[in-house]
Order: sequence, then C-alpha cells, then structure tokens
Amino acid sequence: MCLAIPVRVESLIDEETALADIGGVKKEINVALIEDLAVGDYVILHVGFALNKIDPEEAAKTLALFAELDEAAQREAIEASL
Amino acid sequence: MKYVDEFRDGQLARDIAAKISIEADPERQYNLMEFCGGHTHAIFRYGIPDLLPDNVRMIHGPGCPVCVLPINRLDTAIELAVTHGVILCSYGDMMRVPGSRKRSLLKARAEGADVRMVYSCADALKIAQQNPEREVVFFAIGFETTTPPTALVLHQAEKLGLTNFSVFCNHVLTPAAISNILESPEVRELGILPLDGFIGPAHVSTVIGSQPYDYFAEEYQKPVVIAGFEPLDVLQAIRMLVRQLNEGRAEVENEFSRAVTPAGNERAKSLVADTFELRRVFEWRGLGLVPYSALKIKQRFAAFDAERRFTLDYKSAQENKACECGAILRGVKNPRDCKLFGNQCTPENPLGSCMVSSEGACAAYYSYGRYQERERTIATDSPQSPQSN
Ligand code: SF4
Repeated sequence: MCLAIPVRVESLIDEETALADIGGVKKEINVALIEDLAVGDYVILHVGFALNKIDPEEAAKTLALFAELDEAAQREAIEASL
Repeated sequence: MKYVDEFRDGQLARDIAAKISIEADPERQYNLMEFCGGHTHAIFRYGIPDLLPDNVRMIHGPGCPVCVLPINRLDTAIELAVTHGVILCSYGDMMRVPGSRKRSLLKARAEGADVRMVYSCADALKIAQQNPEREVVFFAIGFETTTPPTALVLHQAEKLGLTNFSVFCNHVLTPAAISNILESPEVRELGILPLDGFIGPAHVSTVIGSQPYDYFAEEYQKPVVIAGFEPLDVLQAIRMLVRQLNEGRAEVENEFSRAVTPAGNERAKSLVADTFELRRVFEWRGLGLVPYSALKIKQRFAAFDAERRFTLDYKSAQENKACECGAILRGVKNPRDCKLFGNQCTPENPLGSCMVSSEGACAAYYSYGRYQERERTIATDSPQSPQSN
C-alpha cells in the first residue's frame, strides 16, 4: 500500500510544495513536514508527502560499515579455513 | 537510483551473510521478528532466508497496515459508500481485501458504489473540491507513516472551509502492537513463539524516531535494530542482532541512521499530536482488542470526522474460518500452515488480507517463496522498483 522511495528535490515551489525527480520524471511533492529543505536534498517520499530527509553522511557511514565487514569477513573466513 | 542501488549489491550481501554464518553460534537458535510488512516483502523478494544459516529464523510480524484492519472497519467503509452514497477514496491495496460475505470495495464499486482509488490523501481532498455537491470520505488506514499526511489534509480541509470532506480514521500505532506481541500468551506463558529480537520499522521510525523502542529493550530485554528496507540493510540488521544476542546485550541500535534519528520528525509528531488523540482500545485483525493502539480525530476537527458525521453501524463480522491470517500476523503460524494457501487462496483470488497486500506474509510467500529453491533473487531486481513501508 505505502510506496516510499528516496527522491531528489529539484526546486522549491512554496512552503509546502517542491518539485522532485522521481526516476527521471519531475513531480510535485508535498514537503510541509520537512524543516530546512534545500535543493539537492534527498527525501523519503511516501503517498505524495516527504517524510524525512536522507543524511548523506550517515548513508556513507552505513555503506562503509558494509565494506569493512566485507574485509573482516574475508579475513575471518580465511582464518577459519586454515 | 541513489540510496537504493548501493544498498542492493549482491556480492556485499553474500559477504554480510557469510559473516552472519561465522558469528552465529551453532549451539543456539536466533528467532528474529521483522515487525514491518515492508521488511517481510524485502526478505522474500531478495531471497534472504536462503542466505541465512538454519539457526537464524525470521518470524513475520503484524506490520502490514492492510492486513491488520479488522473486517468490521472494512465493512463500515463499504457501508459508507453503499448506504450513505458517499464518494469513498481508498488506498489501492485496500480495494481487494475481502470483508464479510467476501464483499470488497472493488465489488461494491462494480455494483455501482462510488469508490475511488487514490495514491495520496491529497487526491481525496481534490476530489472533494471538485465535487462540492457530494460527500467525500477518505478511508484512512496505516501506521505512523501515513498519519502525518492525513493530519495535513485535515488542516487543509479546515483552512479551505470544506463542508463535504471527512476522514474515516483507522490509523494505528506500532509500539502498541509490539507490546501486544511481547505480552501475548504465546510468547510469555506458552513459550510457543520464541522471540529473541526485533528488526524495527524503517519508515515508521523516520517519523517516531528510535526512542520509542528503548522501552522494549529495557523492559523485555529484547534487542531492537531499526533497519532500512533494502536487502543490505536487512542483512546488516540481522548481523547486528546476532551480535547483540551473542554478547548478551539488549539495546536499540539504528542501522537506518541515514533517515532515522532518536527523536524522529518533530514537526510531523507535533502535527499528529495536534490532530489526533488516542483511542482507549482498537481491534486489530490477529491481535484482537489492543489498548491505546490507534488514533481518532480530535474534537477540533469533529466536522471532518466521518465517524461523527455519519451514523455508522459496526456489526460484528465473521472471518473466513479457514483463513489463518490472524495467527500469521501474531507470528505463531506460517503461510504454509494454511490449507487454503496457493490452492483456493492466491493473489488473484485472495480469501484473506495477508494475500492481498504486497506487504502481507501470504502474498510474499506466494510471489517469491516458491522460487527460492531454484534461484536466488538477491540484487537482481530492477533498481527502479519502489518499496513499501
Ligand atoms: S493463504 Fe489466504 S486464507 Fe490462508 S492465511 Fe493466507 S490469506 Fe488467509
């Protein structure tokens, strides 16, 4: 029922509305729930409303954590097989 | 798509899964419940059970908004459209859910009722503006993600001074449902549902934050890891839970920190608090009557409350007796335990709500589960497809 996807804010129309890029298609979305929104921000879009901003630094940290695991996993796998 | 593709990398998924296999203690069982239907869907779509060691088991929770709505509330919505002759606006997934006597909104529409499928509650408001001579009711369902949009629309309707728009409010609360499961006899007295930890909701938590889960970690000593809806998010959360359990910790950890903060979205929370208040008790399919688990519209917006605007009759309703949705939503049974699964009950011809919504466990098993043996679907999907809450 509730589709939710990360979309990029392309331009701000008014306090409550922004234009977002949704998989290449530009669409108006409601941003009344978001504070301090700027062009270029990514938000989670749900039933036409932005629920929250995505924090690019935290996203990078989470990805780095996956990658570290990757190395550590390999090391342990190697050790385990010795 | 940014923030999607990176979190679906197949090689990384296998690496994290390998790590889980190494870290999981073969001497013990790990019974982990994913609360959200969105996670249930992701777990099956990406074949995650195939990647996990046998002693790490996923139990599917009640977090599918379409599935938990009790039949009498659906019957009431149908009654609004049929008896009261309103334009009833509903989210798409609700349309095919069977109510009493296998009636559904879709069937009511085929018989002439004015039922319209909307993508957003804002569309319902527009329909009200375009049809000033008709009563328009928005059939509001969902957890904390769909509630702030409904609140905004109520404020807009007030500002616009609409006299023909109202909301049939069925919004429910995640923490109350988690409490209910943890307090259930199956978990506490009978011990037939062993639960070692929870994967916490993604999008619900963007709104309510990670703090509401502290209580479960402290009071019930169950670890909670909030996770995003992509396959790497889910696998990483499983690994974090395994690690907490190995170390004897019960904490709230946040894997989805790119969108979830401890306090959540303050603006959305205060808007919801201004618009709704707690219901003493609300019925959930599967869980029964759950205290303080749902919201109703505040007095200030009484004019926009369909329950006050119309005289509604809540008849007690009979579920299809053979349908196991209730037990499945409590995590006690698995879709394969249902005799109707895949025979009489399919997504084309659903007999219970769990087969209707893509977030329902039966639909997930049906759509992806049967193919698990043959192919692993991880990270091979088109990156464009959206995900659910
Ligand atoms: S398979 Fe159909 S009838 Fe059986 S529990 Fe699921 S929804 Fe109900």
